[in-house]
Amino acid sequence: MTEHAISFVGIWTVIIGAGVFFYVLLDGFDLGIGILHGFAPDGGDRDLMMDSIAPVWDGNETWLVFGGLALLAAFPLAFAIIMPAVYFPILVMLVALVFRGVAFEFRFEDPGRRAFWDRAFHYGSIVATFAQGLVLGAFIQGFQVEGRQFTGGSLDFLTPFSVMIGIALLFGYALLGAGWLIIKTDGALQDWARRKGRFCLLAVLIAIVMVYLWTPLMEHAVADRWFSWPNILFLSPVPLATVAVWMWEWRVLGGSADAAPFAVAILLFLLSYLGIAISLWPMVVPYRFTLWEAASSPSTQAFLLVGTLFLLPVILMYTGWSYWVFRGKVRRDIGYH
Amino acid sequence: MRPDPLILSRIQFAWVIAWHILLPAFTVGAASYIAVLEGLHLATGREVYLRVSNFWIRIFAVAFGMGVVTGVVMPFQFGTNWSRLSDAAGNVIGPLLAYEGLFAFFLEAAFLGVLLFGRKLVPAWAHFIAALMVALGTLFSSFWILAANSWMQTPAGYAFVDGRFYPHDWLQIIFNPSFPYRFAHTVTGFYVTAGFVVLGVGAYTIRRRRFLDEGRVMVTTALSLLAVLVPVQLIIGDRHGLNTRDYQPAKLAAIEARWETASSVPLTLFAIPNQVAETNRYALEVPYLGSLILTHSLDGTVHGLKEFPSDQRAPVAIVFFAFRIMVGVGLLMLALVAVGWVLRRRGRLFESDWYLRACQLALPLGFIAVLAGWTTTEVGRQPWTVYGLLRTADSVTPSLAGHEVLLSLLFYAAAYLVIYSTGFLYMLRLVRKGPHESLAPAPVAAGRPESPVRHLPSLQPPGGLP
Repeated sequence: MTEHAISFVGIWTVIIGAGVFFYVLLDGFDLGIGILHGFAPDGGDRDLMMDSIAPVWDGNETWLVFGGLALLAAFPLAFAIIMPAVYFPILVMLVALVFRGVAFEFRFEDPGRRAFWDRAFHYGSIVATFAQGLVLGAFIQGFQVEGRQFTGGSLDFLTPFSVMIGIALLFGYALLGAGWLIIKTDGALQDWARRKGRFCLLAVLIAIVMVYLWTPLMEHAVADRWFSWPNILFLSPVPLATVAVWMWEWRVLGGSADAAPFAVAILLFLLSYLGIAISLWPMVVPYRFTLWEAASSPSTQAFLLVGTLFLLPVILMYTGWSYWVFRGKVRRDIGYH
Repeated sequence: MRPDPLILSRIQFAWVIAWHILLPAFTVGAASYIAVLEGLHLATGREVYLRVSNFWIRIFAVAFGMGVVTGVVMPFQFGTNWSRLSDAAGNVIGPLLAYEGLFAFFLEAAFLGVLLFGRKLVPAWAHFIAALMVALGTLFSSFWILAANSWMQTPAGYAFVDGRFYPHDWLQIIFNPSFPYRFAHTVTGFYVTAGFVVLGVGAYTIRRRRFLDEGRVMVTTALSLLAVLVPVQLIIGDRHGLNTRDYQPAKLAAIEARWETASSVPLTLFAIPNQVAETNRYALEVPYLGSLILTHSLDGTVHGLKEFPSDQRAPVAIVFFAFRIMVGVGLLMLALVAVGWVLRRRGRLFESDWYLRACQLALPLGFIAVLAGWTTTEVGRQPWTVYGLLRTADSVTPSLAGHEVLLSLLFYAAAYLVIYSTGFLYMLRLVRKGPHESLAPAPVAAGRPESPVRHLPSLQPPGGLP
């Protein structure tokens, strides 16, 4: 039994890890557009920003559902402990996502109340992102567990650290949003996105430095992971590469290439994600249960794996196709309104 | 008095799922209807199908958007409020729910963008495929979510070890005893619901004497569909009932408010069940009909609630009345459809204002039936989450305090009231505007997508208005 389990746990870790990363990138850029939306120079720009994500946002959000359900299926114990521990951030995130999601249709249906739904989109995006940051922060902090249950309080998640991660994620998603906007627009709006992107990038730098200093101080296990010999030798390329990619992103944001700022921002996210993974490996309920301890039965993992290995490539193909259909710059049109 | 996290979590789940189910109840049928209209347009080239399709796509867009965001809420409920159920049954229901996402949600999301915004960007056949894929996605979604629900109602193919469920045979798990009936009954119910929405809106459109062609297409297509589906639904419902009798006898006894086991039982049309005294008051009964319906023979035996310990019985009155509302609405639907066909035969369908008015009033009937049916089956399986094995009381998250759940419930309540009242108003407004408004003059499309958000109304026939 155990031998089978080991092989599936590995691949499920990769699938869920990739799924969550996909979610962070995809919904990250459209939540980021929402964060930037409220600061846009004028109403026409706000319309363009919504246009740039209208056909793809719900596909992006689907990765959140997939991540959650795959966690339930492959690591039910982790799902059962983590979700109650972040009861309120999840609640707030879901309600915020509801408001920002319906805003796409509602702002269009009711021009008279467009300002209200624009705000729902903007603040909904901010609140949802911040709440996701709180969840991530709480996850890194770890949870109070007895037996197979979360036994802490519903406000345990709220600490200076998780608030810091929440704020950091706001700037991170806004950076991705700016990158997407640079791809999808040109002229004055693109220039604006480049400036906002650099502003967010500065904040992201501060956030990365803080996480690198704060997390090892907070958790001995994390400090050991990074600073013990010979780990420090193998792992030091990660922060070094992060610095290099950060500088690269700063350059391309000021340059003229359209796709580079988004692409390099993805790289920056990938390195940060890797940093967190290195800190926590092999825990799925940090400092309590490993991936193997929380895994569902081998039969469960195998059954879902068969379909997933077949379906994921198909999903990526037709998702890619729908992005292809809506490729190119979004444009203001003349003579409407 | 301290608020009870268990009952509040149940109310919260009922609240978020009851509102959510209204949307698939419409969009599952509407997606197929749009695909049929797109297909008819491709096959016949008649512009009226395109206009009707564009009209419904607009309404579908609002409903589907709301369905997506309220649907995202659902899986998280299992974790936040029902963590012990997740831990105990995650091995079995986890993959079923995950497959819903993999099979359905991605398919719907990817092709919805093309359906809504892509008419001018892809060839007509590709747009038709997109409509088909969205419709297929809604059916996949129903398949997997109802497989999971049915497994919890009639568990099969599992091993129960140390309070946790382990999969044993996946085919038995998916095709568990109640699944085929529940799936057929629910999906047919969703199609009927959408059918009555189209019928009602079509009748309204005709009565306004404005978009007569479009209104007639809606009324005739809906009536044709309903003439088949409503009678079929009654037969499926009967089969589903027999299945419940065999696998969830305590639920069936609650549905019928039958306390004593007996043969040749009457059908109780109306009564006030008293759970404590274990009797009915003011019962109105038809002799033998109960046995006839429930066992298909006049002297069949029907099990009563007293065969089950009182802590294993559902709240009888709720289940009893919810079921009667569902069946009553079903019979009303049958009468409406039959009258419609008589009028159509006589060629007076579009002139009978009283009938069109009745169709208009009948618009929400499907939603009422769906909610009543859902209440019947979900309250009827209490006090269990996994029938006969895991109690609802043992499924709730242990770390939650009552006031915390009260707070989240109030949050969801407020948010859904705002979203649903607004969404309903906007859909109403779209219906008022009628099919032609969606053909407002739109800028000439050139090259790549421009502005899908503001161009939504420009879903226009190829070579349409300038």
